[in-house]
Amino acid sequence: MRHRRYPFIVGFLIVPVALYAVLVIWPYIQTFGYSLTDWSGESQTMHFIGLKNYTALLSDHVFLTALEHNGLLLVFLPVITILLALFFAFMLNVGGQGRTGGVQGVAGAAFYKVVFFFPQVLSVAILAVLFEAVYRSDAGGLLNGVLVKIGLENSQNPIEWLNDPGTVLWCLLAIMVWQGVGFYLVLFSAAMQSIPKEIFEAALLDGAGRAQTFFKVTMPLLWDSVQTAWVYLAIAAMDFFALVSTLTPGTAYGGGPDYHSEVLSTYLMRNFLYFGKSGYACAMGVVILFLTLIVSVLALRATRRERIEF
Amino acid sequence: MSTVEDPTPTPVAVTAAAPARPPGRDERFADSGKALNVFSHGFLVLWAVMIVLPLVWIVLGAFKTSTEIGGSAWAWPTNWNLGAFGRAWENGVGGFLVHTLIVLVFSVTLTMLFGSMAAYVLARYEFPGNRLIYFFFVAGAMFPVYLALVPLFFMLKNLGMLNTYQGLILVYVAYSMPFTVFFMHSFFRTLPTALHEAAMIDGCSHTRAFFQIMLPIAKPGLLSVGIFNVLGQWNQYILPLTLMQKQSGTDADHSVLTQGLVNLMVQSGYKNDMPALFAGMTIAMLPVLVVYLSFQRQVQAGLTAGTLK
Repeated sequence: MRHRRYPFIVGFLIVPVALYAVLVIWPYIQTFGYSLTDWSGESQTMHFIGLKNYTALLSDHVFLTALEHNGLLLVFLPVITILLALFFAFMLNVGGQGRTGGVQGVAGAAFYKVVFFFPQVLSVAILAVLFEAVYRSDAGGLLNGVLVKIGLENSQNPIEWLNDPGTVLWCLLAIMVWQGVGFYLVLFSAAMQSIPKEIFEAALLDGAGRAQTFFKVTMPLLWDSVQTAWVYLAIAAMDFFALVSTLTPGTAYGGGPDYHSEVLSTYLMRNFLYFGKSGYACAMGVVILFLTLIVSVLALRATRRERIEF
Repeated sequence: MSTVEDPTPTPVAVTAAAPARPPGRDERFADSGKALNVFSHGFLVLWAVMIVLPLVWIVLGAFKTSTEIGGSAWAWPTNWNLGAFGRAWENGVGGFLVHTLIVLVFSVTLTMLFGSMAAYVLARYEFPGNRLIYFFFVAGAMFPVYLALVPLFFMLKNLGMLNTYQGLILVYVAYSMPFTVFFMHSFFRTLPTALHEAAMIDGCSHTRAFFQIMLPIAKPGLLSVGIFNVLGQWNQYILPLTLMQKQSGTDADHSVLTQGLVNLMVQSGYKNDMPALFAGMTIAMLPVLVVYLSFQRQVQAGLTAGTLK
C-alpha cells in the first residue's frame, strides 16, 4: 500500500506550491527588498538607500493624512458594522414573538437574511457605479432625492456628498457598512444557532428582558465570532482602494477633494504607477503590512476573554 | 398583555404575595413592549429597503433617458425599451463579459483542481514538512494584495504576460489558493477513510483513488468553494486593473467586466450616456444575482466558512 507514495505526494504538490511560491510569496519577499532602494520601476537600475524611504514617509504629509484616515476607518468600520450585524442577528434568531413555545426569530427572518447578504456578492466596481449615482451631487441623486422628498433638504441647495471635504470619507464608510452588515449577520447567526436554545429559554423563564438577554447571554457566547469579525473588518479598513479610486475626485486614483479621502492604498498606487516611485511604494506596502498585522494582533488581544464552553 | 387569556384556570383569590406569573404564550420576554418590537421590526424593514431601493433604482435607470436621469430622482421611465442595453453591449460590455468568461472558465477550473490536489495530499498523507506547507498556503490569506502588486507587475512584464489571459489566469489561481486549500483541507479531513482504503487494497493507485473516489465524495465541498471562487474572481478589481492594462496602442483590449465597467463609468461621464452605464451595471449584476439566489445556502456557507477558524 505504501508503494510509490512519495512520487505521488510530490506530483500532486509541485504545481500548486510552485505557482503559489512564484506568484504570491516571492513578490511579497521582493517588496521588502525593493523598499530599501530608489527604484523607479521604469529601468532596472536601482541603488540601495537603506531606510531612506521609510524616513521620507514620516515627513510625507499626504502619507500621514492617509494614515489618519485609515485610523478613523479602523475604529468606525468595525464598531458600526458589528453592532448593526449583532442587532440584526439577534432579531432574526431569537427576537421573535412566536406563537409556539421556544425561542425563534422574527417573521420573515429567512427573507431578511437573503436580502441583507446580497450586497456582499456585488463587486466593488458595481458598488462604485451604484453609489456614484446614489451620492450624485445634484437633487437627481438618490440620496439627495430622498432627503428633498422628506423635506430635510432644499432641492436648490443639495449636498455634494463626494465633493465635500466634511462628508466624503463618511460616505465611503457608509458604503462599506452597507455592504458588510449582511455578511457579519450571517456569521453571527451561524454562531447564535449553535448556542443551545435552552439557555435563552432559561433566561426567559428567569424574567430576563430582550436587552438583558442580548448583553448578558448572547454577547458573551458570541465573543469568538465578534473577534473574528473585528480582525476581518480591520483588514478591510486598511484597504478602501477601489472605492476611493473610483468615487472621489483627484488625478490618478482619487483621494480628493484636497486629500480629504486619501488612504494608504491609493497613495501607494499613485506613487507606483503615476509618480514612478516604485521603491517608495514598496516601503508603503511594507508599512501597510505591519500595520495590518499589528492591528489584527491588537484586536485579538484587546477582545480576549475567557472562552465559554457550551 | 392583559388581553391574554390564561389557559389554566387560576384561583380567583390571588394573594398579593403570589409570585409573578410565568410568561405566558404571547409574552415572550418580560419587557417586550409593543414599542420596542415595532422599532426593531421597523429597522429591519428600513435596512431591507436601503438595500433593495438603490439596486432597483439603478435597474430602472437603464430604461430612462439621459434627461430623465438628469432630472428628478423620482422620474419614472416613460418608455420601456432596451436601447440602453444594446448601447452598453456595443460599448464593450459584451466584450468584457466574454473576456471575463474566458478567464474564469480556466482560472476556476485550475483553482479547484490544484487547490483540491494540494489540500488532499496535505489532509490525508503524513510526510515531513506537511504542516509547514499547509501554513505556507494559509498564511497568504492574511496579507493585503497591495504588498505584492509592484513586484508582481514587473514579474509578469518580464515574462511578457501583461494584458494576456494566461497571465491573469495564473495570478487568479495563485491568489485563490489560500482559501481553497484551507477549506478543502478541512473538508477532506471529515471524509471517511474506509472507501479509500478499500480501493487501495484492490490495487488502485493513489492518483486514481483521488480522481475516481475522493473527488466525487467531496462534491458538496467543491461546490461551495467553487461558487466562492467564481464570485471572488468575477468580482476581482485591483488585479485586472494593474495587470490587464493595454501595453501599447495596438494591444488588444482584454478588460474584464469590473474593470471595463469602471472605465465605462469614467467615459460615460463625458458622453453623458448614463442609461447605458446603468444597463451595463445591470448586465454585470444579473449573473451574480442568479448564482446567488440559486445557490444561496452554499454561498453563505462558503463565504462564512473562511472566517470560522
